[in-house]
Amino acid sequence: MTMNKQSNTYTIIYIVALVVLVGSALAFTAMSLKPRQQANLDADKMRQIMASVHLTADKGESIIDIYRSHITESFIIKEDGSRVDGDAFDVNTTLESKKPAADRLLPVYVCDLGDKGLKYIVPVNGAGLWGPIWGYVSFDSDGSTIYGAYFAHQGETPGLGAEIEKPAFSNQFDGKHVFKDGQFKPVNVIKAGQKPTDGEDYVNAISGGTITSKGVAAMLDDCLTPYKNFLSTLNK
Amino acid sequence: MAEKIDYKSVLFNPFSKNNPVIVQILGICSVLAVTAKLAPAMVMGISVIAVLAFSNVIISLIRNTIPTNIRIIVQLVVVAGLVVIVSQLLQAYAYDVSKQLSVFIGLIITNCILMGRLEAFAMANRPWASFLDGIGNGVGYAIILIIVGFFRELLGSGTLLGFQVVPDSFYEAGYVNNGLMILPPMALVTVACIIWVHRSRNKDLQEP
Repeated sequence: MTMNKQSNTYTIIYIVALVVLVGSALAFTAMSLKPRQQANLDADKMRQIMASVHLTADKGESIIDIYRSHITESFIIKEDGSRVDGDAFDVNTTLESKKPAADRLLPVYVCDLGDKGLKYIVPVNGAGLWGPIWGYVSFDSDGSTIYGAYFAHQGETPGLGAEIEKPAFSNQFDGKHVFKDGQFKPVNVIKAGQKPTDGEDYVNAISGGTITSKGVAAMLDDCLTPYKNFLSTLNK
Repeated sequence: MAEKIDYKSVLFNPFSKNNPVIVQILGICSVLAVTAKLAPAMVMGISVIAVLAFSNVIISLIRNTIPTNIRIIVQLVVVAGLVVIVSQLLQAYAYDVSKQLSVFIGLIITNCILMGRLEAFAMANRPWASFLDGIGNGVGYAIILIIVGFFRELLGSGTLLGFQVVPDSFYEAGYVNNGLMILPPMALVTVACIIWVHRSRNKDLQEP
């Protein structure tokens, strides 16, 4: 008996067989490439963390080696400063930043820069104009002076909001303080020529990238404040 | 199949006379999106060549078994499968580029060039001819991407493949990179300029 190619039975069997075939091919590809993809993601995260202390991999250097040789310790704390068990590197900070501050798991990376001393690196997550923005901020061992900052974004406008990932923006944070006269005040991002009302340290916003700049300020406020207790124990 | 196919014209026609981008005006969306820098434009071109060639071959191989009422769905499933595989491979072996191309690799699925070639050519031709047709159209697409990417990166960032080519002395003399070139509208203008030059050299393509 020859199959009628236009019959419903043939059509249904055909499409089911095709989808099962393509589906298993995809599942196989995804499974076999998973370890490599995860390694790439991890290396990219290490690159971002190291960028906040102004360390990048030159040609031929492995960022993983740089990370391993400088990050001496990483741990998770709660808002009150107490430590929690777990691997700081595996904390999904995007999800944590959506929880109330008291419930968040807060990763801290301790970076040894030799004669420049210990730096404390903390992640920040927030929202820009079009999508998520995130970054890492490193503090000197006094817990107040910012040593460096790194910002990244998913889809901010090129040339405007996307400028937050450029060193020209992030290097402005170097040397700013989050403790002013014993008060915790995260660094603000405001238009050039204006002054903050609260006396906190500030950097210049990106012209044309107002919403993204405000997003950075809100992100710093939201994500650095839970570290207040931890940073003030350093700040003695 | 009594009809004799001219393999040479199948392969080379899409380079210029029947170019998918500047003559058929297909796949414009991705031309706008991925050509701000040269490197992602190249990777996008290679990805489209690969996906187009293989989906053409696969559809051509199974063309006589496909029920006509679901043929578009079958084409989509094949293309989507190949695109996801390419995207997974890029994430594993070319992570930085895959980050730059972000969603646009996935959007190859909706690239009209693919559906157009599958429907117009692979459904009616043998695998070898379909393979050449896929390569030809893919290369025709990639050429335009690379030309646009070349000019946009050169004028917009002063670099090529990330290396600075505009000397520092130019900047000291007051030369400024044209930031407008990085924005999508200038890709459209660049494509229009290519079409202008191309039409002026191929009078038979000019509409009256």
